[in-house]
Amino acid sequence: MRDLSLHLMDIVQNSISAKADKIYISLTADKQADILIMIIADNGEGIEENFLKNITSPFTTTRKTRRVGMGISLLKASSNMAEGDLKIYSKKSEGTTLEASFKISHIDRLPLGDLAETMVTLIMANPDMEFELDLSNKKDCFKFKTIEVKEQIKDIPITQYEVLNWIREYINSGIKIIFGGVLNEILS
Amino acid sequence: MKSLAELEEIRKKTLEQMSLRKTNNGMRVVVGMATCGIAAGARPVMTAFIEELNKRNLRDVTVTMTGCIGVCKLEPIVEVIDVDGNKTTYVKMTPEKVARVVAEHIVNGRVCLDYTIGEAEK
Repeated sequence: MRDLSLHLMDIVQNSISAKADKIYISLTADKQADILIMIIADNGEGIEENFLKNITSPFTTTRKTRRVGMGISLLKASSNMAEGDLKIYSKKSEGTTLEASFKISHIDRLPLGDLAETMVTLIMANPDMEFELDLSNKKDCFKFKTIEVKEQIKDIPITQYEVLNWIREYINSGIKIIFGGVLNEILS
Repeated sequence: MKSLAELEEIRKKTLEQMSLRKTNNGMRVVVGMATCGIAAGARPVMTAFIEELNKRNLRDVTVTMTGCIGVCKLEPIVEVIDVDGNKTTYVKMTPEKVARVVAEHIVNGRVCLDYTIGEAEK
């Protein structure tokens, strides 16, 4: 994967396969502590305990078509490459939380990528799911919730092109305010 | 900073347009979005479909995503399903190819044979 937004998109697919209908995504960049934490939490069906033990192995997968599953192991590799770590907490029938950390200044840390595009694509393809995005730099935070958008637009579908465009611009402005100058790839 | 209040404006405008729309084309575009698809560039392909369909005002074509279709080496893979349920599988898609698929297949009903899986596997 080229950037974090693509990893994020990939991990959210796992939540979708786990029949989640609420997905919470949070990105916290702490410049002083030099750490970026990405959290993805869902209310899906959760993971069995003995399956969870080996979940970061590329040979652990739920799919039936073949015996490899690369999503989580690739994210773990990207995180370890930047002196970070990956943890997964899960409880059967309650949901799963994945946490990946990265050292912000590490030369191998992947850039954020087009986070707004990832969100728009996910919303477009899963209009009935609720997404929540939190961006924080420890001082300020930005929140985006699809449920608030839906309340505002009432009878218009969230997949409407103009609405998706608004979401894209809204998230992009949040990224600029929160991560501008904090993540070196985003200008303040 | 943009505000949620702007959505009210978008809502009003959209409602006006909605009443002008007719015919239900009902075609579906399904993009493979598993690890393999995403790594191969499926997201820009999906975005290109959304852009292109909007440019031509084809509001009744739905774009969705699915998991791994099974031929990871040919990703990004896109399936176009017409009103009668006939499925065409396009492989190694790019945003450039999307423009042609929309113009020829979705608008004019002519399958772009040279982009299909049958052609790639020959």
